[in-house]
Amino acid sequence: MVTINVNKFKCGYCGACVSVCPAGALELVETWIEVNELCTSCGICAKICPVGAIEVKK
Amino acid sequence: MKNEYDVVVIGAGPAGSITAKTAAEKGLSVLLIEKRQEIGDPVRCAEGVSKVWLRKHIEPDHRWICADVKGSRIFAPDGTMIEMAEEIAGGEVGYVLERKIFDRALAYEASKAGADVMVKTRATDLIIENNFIKGVKVSHLGQSYDIKAKIVIGADGVESKVGRWAGIDTAIKPADIETCAQYLMSGTGIDQNYCYFYLGNDVAPAGYVWIFPKGNDMANVGIGIMGNKSGNGKHAIDYLNDFVNDKYPDAKILEVDVGGVPVCGSIEKTIANGLMLVGDAARQSDPITGGGIINAMEAGKIAGEVAYNAISKGDVSANALNEYEIKWRETIGREIDNSLIVKDTFVKFTDKELNSLGHSLEGVNFSSMSLIELLYALFKANKKLLWDLRILFKNVVKYELDFER
Ligand SMILES: Cc1cc2nc3c(=O)[nH]c(=O)nc-3n(C[C@H](O)[C@H](O)[C@H](O)COP(=O)(O)OP(=O)(O)OC[C@H]3O[C@@H](n4cnc5c(N)ncnc54)[C@H](O)[C@@H]3O)c2cc1C
Ligand code: SF4
Ligand code: SF4
Repeated sequence: MVTINVNKFKCGYCGACVSVCPAGALELVETWIEVNELCTSCGICAKICPVGAIEVKK
Repeated sequence: MKNEYDVVVIGAGPAGSITAKTAAEKGLSVLLIEKRQEIGDPVRCAEGVSKVWLRKHIEPDHRWICADVKGSRIFAPDGTMIEMAEEIAGGEVGYVLERKIFDRALAYEASKAGADVMVKTRATDLIIENNFIKGVKVSHLGQSYDIKAKIVIGADGVESKVGRWAGIDTAIKPADIETCAQYLMSGTGIDQNYCYFYLGNDVAPAGYVWIFPKGNDMANVGIGIMGNKSGNGKHAIDYLNDFVNDKYPDAKILEVDVGGVPVCGSIEKTIANGLMLVGDAARQSDPITGGGIINAMEAGKIAGEVAYNAISKGDVSANALNEYEIKWRETIGREIDNSLIVKDTFVKFTDKELNSLGHSLEGVNFSSMSLIELLYALFKANKKLLWDLRILFKNVVKYELDFER
């Protein structure tokens, strides 16, 4: 199940979220973020995103 | 593209390009891959760099230098200003780069030295056999390819996956990353000869605001806050908007840049059998300033040389690549470790304490930009507050560190 939602209109494709994801669930592909099933909804990516583009669905 | 190289470098930032250039100059067959379609874009950087260190890697070129900086102005939370200006003729301090062009110029240097370069080519995994990294899997325009290599270099920046694929845990904790947002602005009216820094927990919790001149009437106005202070309704961009609305309500935004800088200090391991990590992928940026361009280039140079040595000897095991580990830790690693001590001390300060540090430097005349000189003056006036830093000064004397990158 995909557990986070990245607002692609806000995202600046910087990869900061990728660097902090403990599960390695994120990847920056050109200008969008992909999430895989390893996501545990820990919320760290949403916290550190510089522009607040990530929302975690609990 | 061939399907076999001596060295495959993943990521064409400063770390990757210098690694590729160095290895190719030594005569190795090298492939440099970059997943983006434009090397250097979008920018994730304030673009400030030390002149002296830059020259060790590339001859300065007016095409990618925007401003020539003579000094810094640091503001304590109550507005107290400390000015550090280079008074020696010529002003050997720093440049503000145009990284979109600079990064591509470095990649060009690698290509000129003989490396193959491929853009729009993303590493998706490593090829691992018997616990040895033997190459990379890449995706180019949606097609998958296997490329064999004697040594793979992970130069894939802050978002690095290569280390993780090789079993090196490079995930950064929120307290170990500065989350940053920056506007390229026109109309701030800043003095183009200076870099400006604003400290304070209201403006930038456990971080700072920077304003770097970009030539004409432009400037990079940016902010970094510590990851664990971010969220809860306020992200780096919100702090930046507050600052800009307050200080430059009439300035115009020409570009938005965002990014994360590792400020965790040295990680435990940057090598594996057939693999080295360089630059931000190895978390080699400076924990105080967040500067990483020079360290990335320094590490890349060492990695390129070590790759050559290892391949010449026919031994690419972690044992042989330990030469890289030792060399970077003895040089840039020492400064990173010391900067970490400073960072850990400074992030704890309240605004009141920052003001008091600022007051103790008011009127002090700095003849050079050296950070250590500044710290020393601070320490002398505030021994109790900065007691944790005393070990730093011992190290500086012992290893002749210079903190000027
Ligand atoms: C807001 C901000 C301000 C900064 N300000 C400064 C400053 O003023 N001065 C300074 O010295 N440093 C600064 N830094 C730090 C500096 O930008 C980095 O330290 C530096 O870019 C690191 O270089 P690098 O080559 O290691 O990584 P990068 O420059 O990040 O390059 C990594 C490259 O790898 C590519 N890549 C990633 N994954 C893959 C993959 N799977 N396949 C192929 N390619 C891949 C990326 O697209 C990227 O091009 C700042 C950073 C930020 C975020
Ligand atoms: S941290 Fe935010 S802006 Fe950066 S890539 Fe992730 S979602 Fe996009
Ligand atoms: S919520 Fe946690 S596990 Fe899921 S993508 Fe974000 S950081 Fe990774």
